[in-house]
Amino acid sequence: MRMTDLPSDLSPTLPDAHGHFGPYGGVFVAETLVAALDDLKAQYARYRDDPAFQAEFTDELAHYVGRPSPVYHARRWSQELGGAQIWLKREDLNHTGAHKINNVIGQALLARRMGKKRVIAETGAGQHGVATATIAARYGMECVVYMGSEDVKRQAQNVYRMNLLGARVVPVESGSKTLKDALNEAMRDWVTHVETTFYIIGTVAGPHPYPMLVRDFQRVIGDECIVQMPQHAGRQPDAVIAAVGGGSNAMGIFYPYIAHRDVELIGVEAGGEGLASGRHAASLTGGRPGVLHGNRTYLLQDANGQIRETHSISAGLDYPGVGPEHAWLKDSGRARYVVIDDAEALAAFHDCCRIEGIIPALESAHALAYAKKLAPTLATDRILLVNLSGRGDKDMATVAEYDARKR
Amino acid sequence: MNRIDITLAALKAAQRTALIPYVTTGDPSLAATQEIMASLVRAGADVIELGVPFSDPMADGPVIQRASERALANGVSLGDVLDVVTAFRGRDAATPVVLMGYANPIEAMGVEAFVARAKASGVDGVLVVDYPPEEAQAFAALLAKHDIAPIFLVAPTTPEARIAEVARLARGYVYYVSLTGVTGAGHLDTAGVARKLAEIRRHVRLPLGVGFGIRDPESAKAIAAHADAVVIGSRIIQEIESGPAQAAAARAGAWLATIRAALDARDGVPAA
Repeated sequence: MRMTDLPSDLSPTLPDAHGHFGPYGGVFVAETLVAALDDLKAQYARYRDDPAFQAEFTDELAHYVGRPSPVYHARRWSQELGGAQIWLKREDLNHTGAHKINNVIGQALLARRMGKKRVIAETGAGQHGVATATIAARYGMECVVYMGSEDVKRQAQNVYRMNLLGARVVPVESGSKTLKDALNEAMRDWVTHVETTFYIIGTVAGPHPYPMLVRDFQRVIGDECIVQMPQHAGRQPDAVIAAVGGGSNAMGIFYPYIAHRDVELIGVEAGGEGLASGRHAASLTGGRPGVLHGNRTYLLQDANGQIRETHSISAGLDYPGVGPEHAWLKDSGRARYVVIDDAEALAAFHDCCRIEGIIPALESAHALAYAKKLAPTLATDRILLVNLSGRGDKDMATVAEYDARKR
Repeated sequence: MNRIDITLAALKAAQRTALIPYVTTGDPSLAATQEIMASLVRAGADVIELGVPFSDPMADGPVIQRASERALANGVSLGDVLDVVTAFRGRDAATPVVLMGYANPIEAMGVEAFVARAKASGVDGVLVVDYPPEEAQAFAALLAKHDIAPIFLVAPTTPEARIAEVARLARGYVYYVSLTGVTGAGHLDTAGVARKLAEIRRHVRLPLGVGFGIRDPESAKAIAAHADAVVIGSRIIQEIESGPAQAAAARAGAWLATIRAALDARDGVPAA
């Protein structure tokens, strides 16, 4: 679906009061949750402009997470590619190893102010689960993390980390036993314990106000870049590139740049074994609009509207939907979305390790792979800013297994 | 006039409680669903809710999730569900049928196409779990235009202002979710249900059905003291899945008959 009636001046003031980004977003949930979402909306409206809340959030980001994260010029890699200069936003250096912690701190601070002592989360690769378990430990909250039983097997180390941090990890056996099913189960928990429990959603999807508040807590990534790039690179980048699963790291770095009309925004989806194979997770490129998990957005689905199983080497991108603001940015043309497959992501992963001494998360490796493709086609004075959203320590077993199979 | 209105008005006039069983279409098979529907009507069902299987049934507990997975494994689509209703109508012109499911299969078919086909099949009401009133204005209007009742949920957490909004859009009956939880959960607070139903009746003139958590004659009777209709899903599906598929209809009917008998005894209806 291509929108023809979009305003030419795309405003970064979305969503509207009902959580809509054009035709996307909204509140598509069972009635039991509507009051809780209204409450969250009201509480967030109160605290988003509260100086004490913002000061506490900023202080936690500085002293617990280690922000601001640097921007780093990948000089050797840029030189080797012989084109545009690649800069990396180093979210991999955050405490817990990815951008996920930014949002979790924001939501946990809200939960505390709302008097909720129990937090729940869904997780795919385990990064959001680890971040939630971390903050629950820090704030003394009970924490339950839902994780597809397939992912529990694939990401055993992160399960162990969550347990160390005092969280209970519940393997989800329903459906495809992956991230989407973990999300269903977290919703079911929330519907049952809605009075006492805060659901910390890990990405810019789900019912309003989640896509908005997760974006607002992640925009610190882009806000920092807007200050750092002129300081260190001499100007803003020509393009910002980020991997898109649910889309929180991409929304975080894109959002402050939406108003910078001459900066191109490029989201990179997981192509898995290739679009033609059907085994991928590229919702924006290969899907069509529908309703899932509380919002209207692009979904990978069959002709009957059943949600398809997805595949990506990166568990964090292995999701059949995408945040509604990305759907809007795609239709409006403000951002474009491309696909990188497993093999291309792996190759970029190895390049980044070998040439820059940085082990990237497989999610981030998708963004790196597109930068690697694009850079040689551009002049050497062009600048590409890539969100290195997480580090790859968690992916050692996956990479080793993939490389062994290839040999 | 819509079959739901006719049926529920007649029961109200006779001071009887409506009995509304739910089954997932295509579990254990499409043919079995036909037999199950007939068996439920013989056992005293007043309205039948037919579940439309969906890959991600977020509001459902494990029992209906399993039913949905079995139906999807049989390849059952929304189109198949509508065909089941068409076939049922060929044999039963009176019993109202309500489809219950999630938004995405309907949107995949196309909302207009769905409503037209539902009307042609003889569907009387539609409940879309993840279409709360805010997101269902146009859909509810389209259904009502075709004399299909848009059915809405009210939950223990629904504030009074939203009940008024539901009252504005709803037709047929209003479905009160008797607990905060998923379908088939165990804890049922009858006094709490009674209080909330009184609040709902200040705004809603339609009959009130209560579901989620009713699983035996005692809980059905307790709810019937306050509600116009009792809705039962998970417990019937447990009967369906508890033995050989060819006897599923007989098991479901036999179990529902015990609920009908309990309700009739309460309502002072002489035994047949």
